[in-house]
Amino acid sequence: MRGGASSVKGDVAVLGAGMHPWGKWGRGFVTYGRIAARAALADAGIGWSEVRSVVGAQTVRGGYPGYVAGATFARALGWQGARVASVYAACASGAQAIDTARAQILAGLADVVLVVGADAAPKGFFAPAGGERADDPDWLRFRVLGATNPAYFGLYARRRMALYGDTPDDFALVKVKNAAAGALNEYARYRTPVTAEEVAASAMVADPLRLLDICATSDGAAALVLCSMEFARRRGVRDPVRIRAVSTVTPTFPRTVLDLPDIGTDSAVAVDPSPESFRASIARTAYEEAGAGPADLSLAEVYDLSTALELEWYEDIGLCGPGEGAKLLRSGATAPGGRIPVNASGGLASFGEAVPAQAIAQVCELTQQLRGRAGQRQVAGARVGITANQGLFGHGSAVIAVR
Amino acid sequence: MSRTRTPVVAGWFTDDAAEEDFRLLGTRCSGCRTVHFPREDGHCRNPGCPGGELEETPLSKRGTVWSCTDGRYRPPPPYVSDPGVPWTPYTLVAVELAAERMVVLGQAAPGVGVAALPVGSVVEVVPGVLDEDRETGTVHTTWHWRPVAADGDAS
Ligand SMILES: [Zn+2]
Repeated sequence: MRGGASSVKGDVAVLGAGMHPWGKWGRGFVTYGRIAARAALADAGIGWSEVRSVVGAQTVRGGYPGYVAGATFARALGWQGARVASVYAACASGAQAIDTARAQILAGLADVVLVVGADAAPKGFFAPAGGERADDPDWLRFRVLGATNPAYFGLYARRRMALYGDTPDDFALVKVKNAAAGALNEYARYRTPVTAEEVAASAMVADPLRLLDICATSDGAAALVLCSMEFARRRGVRDPVRIRAVSTVTPTFPRTVLDLPDIGTDSAVAVDPSPESFRASIARTAYEEAGAGPADLSLAEVYDLSTALELEWYEDIGLCGPGEGAKLLRSGATAPGGRIPVNASGGLASFGEAVPAQAIAQVCELTQQLRGRAGQRQVAGARVGITANQGLFGHGSAVIAVR
Repeated sequence: MSRTRTPVVAGWFTDDAAEEDFRLLGTRCSGCRTVHFPREDGHCRNPGCPGGELEETPLSKRGTVWSCTDGRYRPPPPYVSDPGVPWTPYTLVAVELAAERMVVLGQAAPGVGVAALPVGSVVEVVPGVLDEDRETGTVHTTWHWRPVAADGDAS
């Protein structure tokens, strides 16, 4: 599947990619989204008026304009009559926006689609929406348990330590690797290398995870211009980066791994659980759709909400067997120059999460890498990349891009 | 002022039971035997369920630690804590219940740290206090997980 002139029937082309730097800028999500969108349009070399559909990844932190993100961005860019959609899927919102755009292109509903996600994040822990809502699991986990997102990450990390013998030193190494990569990325929020000693000296947040093991929450925006392969050809782009698979599958019952924001898992009394984890099923579905496998990958962008979670992703996307994540990390295989660099962008460790933008930013990174335009971060000869992410309420995504 | 004891969520655990009788309350589907906690009263979530009634059922008193962590920083509202009082970290523990084949999260009893809760060790559910509102005199009750002594008194 590497290279080759013929395109699979389901391919869509990435004509342009653009981002607003991650950080805490004190402005609104619309401003960030508009800047990223214009950057993507400029990168694509097309005018805004040529875009026939806008898909916005929603934010729950921007009031009504956040819920109707697609229309909000279309208005900010100037109404021009394009069709519009807005999607929300927690951390996978950006990938579902990409998937919506892809479906429209493959169905022939639109030739050129703009995908935008942007967020302006609060300081500190993500908290649930206000009010007294005893029927909302996200409200309940805070009210009854004070269970923040890092608390769940801490549970997963300790479970790995008990099952596989991972150590806090292993987790720290993930941060060291990703901080070094992020230092080379102009869009990253944190651009200073970090040492293992600095991780170990940072404050404990959710034992065994420390402040530098856990991703921050950031402002940021990312946008893509996607189009049909035919449109790309007409524009003289003969060898575009292509999106070959987008996986947005849900879990299967019974789900036996505690997921945010759950207080209890499903019961496996009536039905045996699948031997395959939800995260692994997300990646497998993408591989099947792309007709590719882990051995084909040049690089991967995975959702390192915590350092320990990056190690789980190594296993879930098939880079190594269960429990072998730390060993793979220590071998250097996932570092720049290794067999399969993971989070060459710097990952969430260097960006901090801007929820609706993050999955789009992952694809922006694949795009630059597959174009060979990632500068000092460039993975040599990159041809196939995967992104993977997971959000609360049973969401997750994986995107495979090729060139 | 007299204190009113109110469960933080109604119907999730036995109210005013003696410690040895205290249990979490879930619902069990009469059609497929699936247990739900937090309780599901509207519908069974098993997609293969032939259909049945959801009946209240007490969960096992004892389970084993699946994992645990702690909260070193004050969680945001709606968690109730007095910002004028220094934050006291507490432990969160995920407990595997063998009979129900599920994992249930909860706070550990006060003073129980992660070192006392190795993965696989036995814990039991006991009544606890989540917060008190001094102005209204309302005490919100909850469940806590507590290690069971290794010498194992009868359950
Ligand atoms: Zn049932």
